Amino acid sequence: VSAGTEEELRRAGRRTPEDRWTLLGALAGGTASTWLLYTQILPFSGAVGFVLMWFVVFVAFYAALTGLAQPRQVVLDRVVSAVVIAAPTVVGLAVLSTVVTTVLKGLPALSHLNFFVDDMSGVRADDPFTLGGIGHAIVGTVIEVAIAVVIAMPLGLATAIYISEIGGRGAVLVRTVVEAMTALPSIVAGLFVYTVCIVKLGMPTSGLAAALALAVMALPIMARASEVVLRVVPNGLREASYALGAGRWQTVWKVVLPTARPGLATALILGVARAVGETSPLLLTSGASTFLNADPTQNPMNSLPLFVYAAVSTGNPQMEQRAYAAATVLLAVVLSLFLLARLAARGRKNR
Amino acid sequence: MSHVVVPTPLASPPDPAPDPFEDQPRSLPVRHSVQDRVFLQVTRALAFVVLVITSGIGVFLGLQAIPTLDHYGASFFTEYRWLPSQDVVGIAAVVVGTLQVALIALALAFPLSLLTALFITDWAPAWLRPLLVRLVDLMAAVPGIVFGLWVLLVVQPHAAQVNHWISKHFGWFPLFHVRTDVDYPIWNQAPGYPSYAGSAAIAAIAVTMMIFPMATSVMREVFAEAPVGEKEAALALGATRWAMVRTVVLPFGRGGIIGGTMLALGRALGETISVVLVISQAYEIKPYVLESGTSTISALIASGFKEASPAQLSALLTAGFVLFVMTLAVNSLAAVVVARSRGGGVTEL
Repeated sequence: VSAGTEEELRRAGRRTPEDRWTLLGALAGGTASTWLLYTQILPFSGAVGFVLMWFVVFVAFYAALTGLAQPRQVVLDRVVSAVVIAAPTVVGLAVLSTVVTTVLKGLPALSHLNFFVDDMSGVRADDPFTLGGIGHAIVGTVIEVAIAVVIAMPLGLATAIYISEIGGRGAVLVRTVVEAMTALPSIVAGLFVYTVCIVKLGMPTSGLAAALALAVMALPIMARASEVVLRVVPNGLREASYALGAGRWQTVWKVVLPTARPGLATALILGVARAVGETSPLLLTSGASTFLNADPTQNPMNSLPLFVYAAVSTGNPQMEQRAYAAATVLLAVVLSLFLLARLAARGRKNR
Repeated sequence: MSHVVVPTPLASPPDPAPDPFEDQPRSLPVRHSVQDRVFLQVTRALAFVVLVITSGIGVFLGLQAIPTLDHYGASFFTEYRWLPSQDVVGIAAVVVGTLQVALIALALAFPLSLLTALFITDWAPAWLRPLLVRLVDLMAAVPGIVFGLWVLLVVQPHAAQVNHWISKHFGWFPLFHVRTDVDYPIWNQAPGYPSYAGSAAIAAIAVTMMIFPMATSVMREVFAEAPVGEKEAALALGATRWAMVRTVVLPFGRGGIIGGTMLALGRALGETISVVLVISQAYEIKPYVLESGTSTISALIASGFKEASPAQLSALLTAGFVLFVMTLAVNSLAAVVVARSRGGGVTEL
């Protein structure tokens, strides 16, 4: 082989000009005929119908144009590809629409700083956005989630360590029960705490009751997520540790947990994010105050999801905008927790 | 395992003349240090506490069925009305409503999840894949109340319009029937629109958004494990991308598809706040899912707990227990299916 005939690599999956023109033609033809049919000829109206019909007509055009030059298999492949690409697009647009409408409709209230610090005591629904805010709900969410995490995280982690590092027959039982309880719907967890703590034990509706409900809901989730993470720690590391003369505690504390730390952090932070956005257990247990209450043991306490729910339920347009604004704050909290979890997970790669 | 016992071979009788060079297994006594003993005991105790708490909830819920059945009898399961003031309560309607909302959500989420999972593993360019995976994970963390709000105020007007069209043209099919005058000229004003707002089908859209990420990530994980060798073999034999997916990825991922769908169903059954926000509550057994008015177990609990008498509270707890048993059954089945789909069936190249 001489040096002059060096092979040139060709990318196999690339579109040919013909492919591109077929796609463009189908797009143009599909759009034009849908417009003609939908708006001029057929007695249809509405945006949803237009998009649906456009997609069907486009796929038909695309299939027909491809069929002119390609075998049946390729036509089928292109039709399926169009459908496969459409599904994530639909979901992506839905999520985008959710986020954009939430932020846009919340903007009038969000642009006033008092919205983040004031509470709603004495504020009427129709009052301008310069009055009142969700400071009490933010404080409530922070307190309730903090208490729930303080209860659920150590217990969940200890359970995971017991299941994966100590083992035995008891571990199988604990694991089965914990796994079963991840199926507990959050509203049922809330109803349980409501019945036991508020009705039977006479606790007031308070931040503490809400935190207990959140903890009951989050405990199995956190235990299971951490157990999954601990399970992937290679056994060789444990054996090496034992071979060097380390005990059980030293192995867990100095080998297993540091190895699993990024994964554990991710799992636990995602558990917290889930607890932050949970509404239904709070609905039953915390009551809803309009005033700032930083004492979790007494008096109702509001929280972000609950504020959103209560504000929408009033049906007042002004309150609806406040609900959107509070939902934006909630989204921002969840997003930052998620980014935090990503940062925690990144630690693994840098090692 | 608090002590390690190296097993002695019991099956073979003791050798009369043991080979002096053969390894003799012996039992190794394990003496834990004080540190280890404290660690083991504390961890066991904490795990025991968790066991007591979690199983306590299950047992407590289960025990509530006794006072409920004492008070309401078997009619608790057949009665469809929920009239606390007349002490006539039953869960027949809410169970049907729960299943309706969950199944419609599943019917919407299943194709979307399946196609999205396929898009992520087999269609998306390599640089886009991690981003999409992260976005799906992020979507799982979006609070239900946000999707509820979106469906209530943004989607509902459009969805009602679509449902009106469906009921107008396919109303002869019982599922799509709506008991109103579908030809009413200004249907989107009273009395037309209220017949479509707050239906099971519209609530199911919010539930779809809640269960989509879970179903997608389970399916994607299984699809990503499809054997690369077989995929490349299919492509090398001249298969198109779809032919490769149909012959390799989908058969390999069947367990993941079923398991992911069922896990999503389990989640859909218990979804509360987005449903409560959207539906107009009505306790009625009906097949008309496009028509306004439905109820689910979780919505019943959320709306009925406040004015419940002790007997009704235990009735609500029993309803919650029924919901828990439904989710538990679905989840356990899903776990078995997913576990079975992992591993095996791979050709080593």
